[in-house]
Parts: sequence; structure tokens; C-alpha cells
Amino acid sequence: MFGHYLQLGLRSLRRNPALTALMVMAIGFGVAASMITYSVFRAVSGNPIPDKSAQLFIPQVDSWGPQQNEKGEPPEALNYVDAMALMRAQQAKRQTLLYPLLMSVMPGGDRDLPLAANGYAVDSDFFPMFEVPFQYGGGWSAQDDQARSAEVVISGQLNQKLFGGADSVGHMVNLNGHDYRVVGVTGHWNPKPRFFDLFSTSGFKDASDFYMPFSRALDLKARTGGRNSCRGSLTFTGWEDYLQSNCVWITPWVELDGAADVAHYRRFLESYAADQQRAGRFAWAPNVRLRNVMQWLDHEHVVPPESRISLLVALGFFLICLINTIGLLLAKFLRRAGEIGVRRALGASRREIYTQYLIEAATVGLAGGVLGLLLTAFGVAGVGVLFPPQIAKLAQLDLSLVGLTLLVAVIATVLAAFYPAWRAARVQPAWQLKSS
Amino acid sequence: MSLQIKPILVALRRHKAGTLLIALQIALTLAIVCNALFIIHQRLANLSQRSGVDEADVFVITNQWAVDKSTQQIDAQVQADMAALRQLPSVRDAAPASGYPLAGVGSDNFVTLTPDQVKPTTDSAVYVGDEHLLDTLGLRLIAGRNFRSDEVLMTSTQQAVFPPVVIVSKTLADRLFPGGSALGKSFYAMSATPTTIIGIVDSLHRQGTSQWNKPYAGQSLIWPGRPDDSRGIYYIVRARPGQLASAMRAAPKALFAQDRMRIIDPKDGLLDYAQIRHRAYDSDRGMAILMGIISAVLLAITAAGIVGLTSFWVGQRRKQIGVRRALGATRNNILHYFLTENLLIGLAGVIVGAVLAIGINLWMVTRFEMDRMSLLYVGVGILALLLLGQGAVFAPALRASRVSPVEATRSV
Repeated sequence: MFGHYLQLGLRSLRRNPALTALMVMAIGFGVAASMITYSVFRAVSGNPIPDKSAQLFIPQVDSWGPQQNEKGEPPEALNYVDAMALMRAQQAKRQTLLYPLLMSVMPGGDRDLPLAANGYAVDSDFFPMFEVPFQYGGGWSAQDDQARSAEVVISGQLNQKLFGGADSVGHMVNLNGHDYRVVGVTGHWNPKPRFFDLFSTSGFKDASDFYMPFSRALDLKARTGGRNSCRGSLTFTGWEDYLQSNCVWITPWVELDGAADVAHYRRFLESYAADQQRAGRFAWAPNVRLRNVMQWLDHEHVVPPESRISLLVALGFFLICLINTIGLLLAKFLRRAGEIGVRRALGASRREIYTQYLIEAATVGLAGGVLGLLLTAFGVAGVGVLFPPQIAKLAQLDLSLVGLTLLVAVIATVLAAFYPAWRAARVQPAWQLKSS
Repeated sequence: MSLQIKPILVALRRHKAGTLLIALQIALTLAIVCNALFIIHQRLANLSQRSGVDEADVFVITNQWAVDKSTQQIDAQVQADMAALRQLPSVRDAAPASGYPLAGVGSDNFVTLTPDQVKPTTDSAVYVGDEHLLDTLGLRLIAGRNFRSDEVLMTSTQQAVFPPVVIVSKTLADRLFPGGSALGKSFYAMSATPTTIIGIVDSLHRQGTSQWNKPYAGQSLIWPGRPDDSRGIYYIVRARPGQLASAMRAAPKALFAQDRMRIIDPKDGLLDYAQIRHRAYDSDRGMAILMGIISAVLLAITAAGIVGLTSFWVGQRRKQIGVRRALGATRNNILHYFLTENLLIGLAGVIVGAVLAIGINLWMVTRFEMDRMSLLYVGVGILALLLLGQGAVFAPALRASRVSPVEATRSV
């Protein structure tokens, strides 16, 4: 029976080509607009580290006070003094500080010009905490952190440029005129959004080129290549002074397993802030936060408002297209009231009529879905016109999006057809027969 | 018009579903199109913001130092670079700077009027540059004077140095000292010592273009100095009129001839203002385009939907129309009947739609920090949708009016 209804449906589509085209286009445009904006939204709102996002936390301590903080919220990063104190306390299973570095790789081999390199100063726990994959070697050890060793982990991409992709562990790399021993080469690793550095980035950047020990970067007095935010009047006259200032520029992360550890760390933060108040460093009550990855992404508004607004507008657009489809299906089905009357009189049950028209609607939906798919492919390719390049390139037409497009089109159209099909099934055979 | 509304309403009650669907579609279309137009208008307003820069002739070189150097070494290099750039025949002027308008990111300081004030009065973008910066950017000095070369200091990021003199944008001057009396007055920009306004420029956009900058739009200050940051520096170059392209080719060559231990990124190390503007506003432009496309397609689909449903109604009512014509109704009467019917449905739709449009806007105000929408958008939207409805219904209505009275006699 299904096959027969399908045939009837296809035939009926051909009978009112204008009406059919209108419906197919409405569904196609509606589903395409939704899918294009959804593909961008999906890319920017995803969980960058699904298996650990609930164990990684970013501690915040209000070092600015109620008059200078961000509407009651503590600053989004730590100053040097607080960052060091939290690390020294060692209250978490793993912990790291980090800040971005802007350096250059000296010429060598067949390169006669220096090469820009973006990296991070991090602690040894950074690599296991964030599950950084390694091609060769690995991270450095906690002893290296202590020893302030001149060691570096480079990205596979930089390794390709410098060493042609060979195992470069043990080789030397010259950054800003200083030599570093390569201890590891990472595989491709560029979590999006870059949850671990939302203080200095908007979350979407090209992969980093290198990672060096935090302690080493401090020895070099390397100023942050990212954001630096201060309050009050600035009076520092040199590096040591700057470290003691209220400027925040260091992002801390801790790894905590289970609610007990989280509660413990929260208490530790509270007591740390209380100690600072007692010591006279803070003239205000403790104001601390401990957010996990997803809470932090939300707090930092990683999903650009543009992406949210365009998804909502596109969904509204799709809704209107569906309402339009309901009206057109109603017109199309009821135009055949005479035919329905005859079929009912010849013994077709309401249920059969109902099924037939739903299947007919599904064929419209499928056709709309196919058109939508074409438009989506076209739209995803041209999404660079609509969104900034670093976000646009995240939008991809993959198998799941293809499936979703077709599924949404068919399901939405069948849902839209419920009422018109019900009306069609309710056609009174007697009335129709009488007037024809 | 002899037409009565009552019979139309009675007839509509027999087409509840269709009527409701058209009204709903008009309502939702109005709600979305109003908000989309509002978004488009706002984003386009961003796009057309003045930078204060002579954008046709100015370009920016992002120069990163490759080796760690002392502040003195960097300062010597900056001065040598400047001499090399200013000598180029295609270059009118050049200046070292800590940032440039519309860069996207850059430094800004809170501003206070007294040294011990804790809560800032406002915020200002901070540019550090030498006495050539005004001419290089093409800024218009409307009061006071430019920096003297003896006021230009060596500044490093390791040291919080605050020059005693400052040039401010008119917007900042008016914000701090309303009434045009800013020249000669002092303020504090996160400095322990006051800085005195010696010049005011007409307009100077901030580096930042994000939402955060909006309340402080146009508030900028320039401090005299050569920003000898160990990480890098911006060189702003103004080409002679019409020689932008050749200056952009010559400048990096001149710099590399001075010293090769520097990085000018091939991707974004050299940007003219067309590119800078493009980058600064790519999300605004994209949003405006997307909203434009969606509004246009939405209006087309709504119009097509009205045509489709009305055509169906006309087909359904051919007999009634025939009867009315046989009873003496003119073609015009029939035409007006359908136009009025659509107008009534449209009116119901736009009333609901107007409420929805304002509701959505208010929700976006709280959720996305958007501005309140002017009621003008709703007014224009209502007018547009009513006209769209009348236009869409015209063809089917015309067809209805051509139904011959003979139809009344058929198949009854």
C-alpha cells in the first residue's frame, strides 16, 4: 500500500506544479537557513574536551574589590601574586598556570628570515590535564618546572617547518635568540573553542606553535602576548614591580575529581581570600569562583551573539515556511475533496485517506529536503561571507548534517500535514457526491 | 465603496483554518522582518562609523622583533626605521604607534578626574605615537597644538610611564569637560600624575570594535612616545595621494634593508585601511547580509503563500461569485471583496505581529544587549506587509472578478 500511496503522491505533485514548487521551495529555504546557521552554531557551541570538561576548573579570586571588579564578578584572570600562591598551595590533583607568548624562531637551514611563533607558557601538568596528543616524546616533568629548564614542546606543524616532520626530540630550537631543547612534538591539537585561554582569545585561533615551562618564561621576563588588565593607577617601573601589581594576565586551571575535591578546593579558595583580607591585601570579603569548562565557556560568552541570533532568526523563518506549507497543503488536499469523496464512497477508510495524504506530504518534505541540502551545501561553502573567517571555517557539511537536513525536512513537513490530512480524511462522501 | 465588512467576516468564519494560517504567517513575518531590519540598520551604522583616518592613503605594518633587545636598542631601531620609511618617495609621512584605529584589539585606560578617585569617570582608548602620528593618520587638529619632538619619550612596557601632555579626541574632551573648555585641563588615565590636554582632534576611533567599547565610542587619547615594546610595534604609513600600492610594496623592503631580524607576517603584517575595515566589521557585514537574505525570502514566501491560498479560495467559490455576479455585483465589487478580505486578515495579522515584534526586541535587549527598536520599524513593517498582502492577492482577485455570471447556472 505504501508504494501505491507514494506513487499517488508523486503523481499529485506533478498535477499542481506551481503549488508543489512553492511548497518545496518554502521547505527547502527554511531547512537550509536553519541548517547553515546551525552548522555554525554547532561548531562554536560544542564541548571542546567532552570527557574531562566536568573535571577541569578555573579558579577566580577577586583581587580588585567591589568598586573596580566586573559588576561583582572577580577578574577573568589572576595577577602574579595570587597565581603563584594558588600553585604553591598544591590543593588540586593537577594544576597549571598559563599565558600566551609571542616569539620568533631564528633563521636556520634554508630559511633566511625569522619565523613568527605563537605559544604558551604552561606548567608540566598542562599536557596530561588537557590530553594533548604527542607525535614524538612528551611533556616535561615537574622537576623541569622547578629547574626552570630551557625545554620546549613544539607543534607537529612547527616541527614540519623546522625539521621536515622528523622526530626532533633532543634537537635545539632557537626562540627569540635563546636555545631550547625539544622534549616533545604534539599531534594536531587545537580545541575549539580554545577553552583554556578565553582571557586572551575569543576562542577561535590557529593552533599554537610551542609550549614552554612557565618558570622559564618568567625568567625571560616575557610579557604576555595576550591580554593584560589593570585597575587603579599604574606605578610599576620594572618587571619585578609589574609582577607585584594588580594587573591580571595569568589563567589558572586545576583538575579535580568528584564533588568532594571540588568542595575542598572551593573552601581552599575561600580561605585563601579570607587570609588576604586578614593580611590587609584585600579590603573586602572573599569573592571567589570555581567554574568548570562548560560553565566557563558560558560565562565568557564564547558563542558569538551573532551565531545565536542568526540561528533563532533562521528557526523563526523555518516556522513561517512550515505555516505556509500547512496552508498550501490544506488548499491542495481540499481541492481534491471530490476525489476523496469518491474514494470514501468506494470503501476507503478515513485512516487510509489520512495515511495517503501524510505520505504525499512526506514526498513534498523529501523534495524540500533535497533542495534544502543543495542550498545548505551552497550556503556552508559561502558562509565566509556571513561570519568572520576563523568561525566560518568551522562550519562543515558532514554526513550528520546531511542526514539531519533530510530528516528535519521530512518530519517537519509530515507534522505540518497532520491538520490538512485530517481535514481531508473528514470529507463527507455524501456531500461531495451530491454536488458533482 | 458599497462593500460591507460583515458578509466578509461571515464568509471568513467558514475558512477558519486558512484565515488563521495567513494571519499567523503575516504576524510572524512582521515580527521577524522588523527585527531583522533593525539589526541590519544597526550593523550598517557600525560599518559606516568614521575612523578619523585618511583611509585612502594609510596602511599599517605590524612589526614583530625577532630577538630580545633592550629598550635602548629597540628605540634606536625604531628611529632608524622611521628615517628609512619617511625617505621613500611614495611616502608622505610615517609614525611608530602602539595601536591603530579599528585594529580590533588594543590598549585602553580608565580615566579619572582626580588622582584618588576609585570609580573611573569613563574609559579611553590609548595610542602612543610620536609627533608625526597626527599627520600620518590624517587626523584633523581642531584645537591646541601637536606634540613637539622634545615631548616624545622612549616608552617601554616594563615601565608605567605617563607623559604630562596628551592629545584627545573631541568626543573624549566633551565627555570629560562639557562645554568646549577641555584645552589646558588635566585628567588621570590610570596614572599617578596628571596629564594635560594640549590638543584636540576632530575624530579618532578606538582600536576596539567589540560590544564592550560601545559606551566609550570615539573616546581616544594620544600620548607622545615611541612605544619600544620588546614584542613588536606598529608602523603607520601615509602614502602620497594615489601611491598607496607602491608605498605598500616599498615599505617592507626598506625595513628589511634596515634589519632582517624582524617579522612582518605575510598574512596580516601589512594591511591597508580597506582590509582593516573589512576585518573589523566582518561579523557586522555578515549579519546584515544574512538578515537581508532572510527578510527578502521571507517576504517572497509569505506573498506566495497568500497567492496560493487565495487562488484556492477563488477556485472554491467560483459558484458563489457567479451567483453574486448574476445578482448584479460588478467586477469591481468582486475585486474589492477579495482585496478587503485580505486587508482584514492582514490587519489582524499585523496587530499580533506588532506585539510579537516588540516582544522579541525586548527579549533581545535583555538577552543580547541590543538596543531598543524604534517603533518606526514596526510602522514601516506593517505598511510593507499590508501592501505585500494587497499586491499578492491582486492577481487571484482579478481572476475572481472575471468569473462569468454563467458559472452560477452550472452544475447546480
